[in-house]
Amino acid sequence: MSVKFLRLFGSRPDSAVVARERLQILLAHERGTLGQQPDLLSKLREEILAVVSRHVALDPDKVIVRMDRGKNVSTLEVDIELPNGLEPALAAAG
Amino acid sequence: MAKVLVVTSGKGGVGKTTTTAAIGAALAQNGKKVVVVDFDVGLRNLDLVMGAERRVVFDLINVVQGVSKLPQALIRDKRLENLWLLPASQTRDKDALTEEGVGRVIAELRETFDWIICDSPAGIERGATLAMRFADEAIIVTNPEVSSVRDSDRIIGMLDSKTVKAEKGERVEKHVLITRYDPARAARGEMLSIEDVLDILATPLLGIVPESQDVLRASNVGSPVTLNSPASAPSRAYIDATRRLLGETLDMTVPAERVGLMNRLLGRRAA
Repeated sequence: MSVKFLRLFGSRPDSAVVARERLQILLAHERGTLGQQPDLLSKLREEILAVVSRHVALDPDKVIVRMDRGKNVSTLEVDIELPNGLEPALAAAG
Repeated sequence: MAKVLVVTSGKGGVGKTTTTAAIGAALAQNGKKVVVVDFDVGLRNLDLVMGAERRVVFDLINVVQGVSKLPQALIRDKRLENLWLLPASQTRDKDALTEEGVGRVIAELRETFDWIICDSPAGIERGATLAMRFADEAIIVTNPEVSSVRDSDRIIGMLDSKTVKAEKGERVEKHVLITRYDPARAARGEMLSIEDVLDILATPLLGIVPESQDVLRASNVGSPVTLNSPASAPSRAYIDATRRLLGETLDMTVPAERVGLMNRLLGRRAA
């Protein structure tokens, strides 16, 4: 009874609306990653890693590349953690 | 000219085999020469739904491997003279199918039949990719439920990239068929609506088949639902879908069960 009562005031959205929203978000992501370029993100990650490590020493595990696909705009987020005090060593090697 | 139609979905249990049998029979009743081909190697079921399980001698794998000739493997339907079945193998595994072999069989079928309907297995592996490989058209069977819609989306992506047509820069003509639809639950907001599904999949709608006991009843006796109970709600939906496949433009409705007055008064469903 309480569920019905709450729905009367609109505080519990229809589960179909939740389903649609979850699907829209999920598929926007999957179409990007599984679509035409299945390994786009891993390629980007690899190449960014190569370019940056030419100049700075870094731990490959500390490079995070993330893509968010929106309806109109998508964002590419690159997060690279640099350890302090390692730069000169690599400059000599590179 | 022959048309190769794949009935696919990604997800299992959504109604591919029911749809293949129902639309195959409806096309045959429209005077078309039709063959339904079971691609579910190892887990064949189209023979059972068509009521031909005791008449299988040779199968698709035998033909692909040259063990038997195509006419030996084709089973003619006992009710409709221009409906035929090419069964899958129950004992072999899906790796026995080769692209070259399937291509040869499809090319040979194109010479004799108007419609070649390929019943895809669930999943996205060899059986499913080969079932869609040579398709001209596709029916994506979708239930109004999140996991089915997600899998349909994936399959649509494959139809647009992994088929012979797509590789030639052409398009496989795609249709979404919504099955197991429950209008009452959709009205209560408990089930994805038709609009939601079409909006997400961005693919034209071929028909809406309501959830119905007639489907189970037809498979129990081994008859396509369109033959077993032609006036039932799912049959009317399948017959409309078939007419749309043949190019007719019809209003989109969700056929409802016809409930008699007495039953309605007593609050019972039509049996």
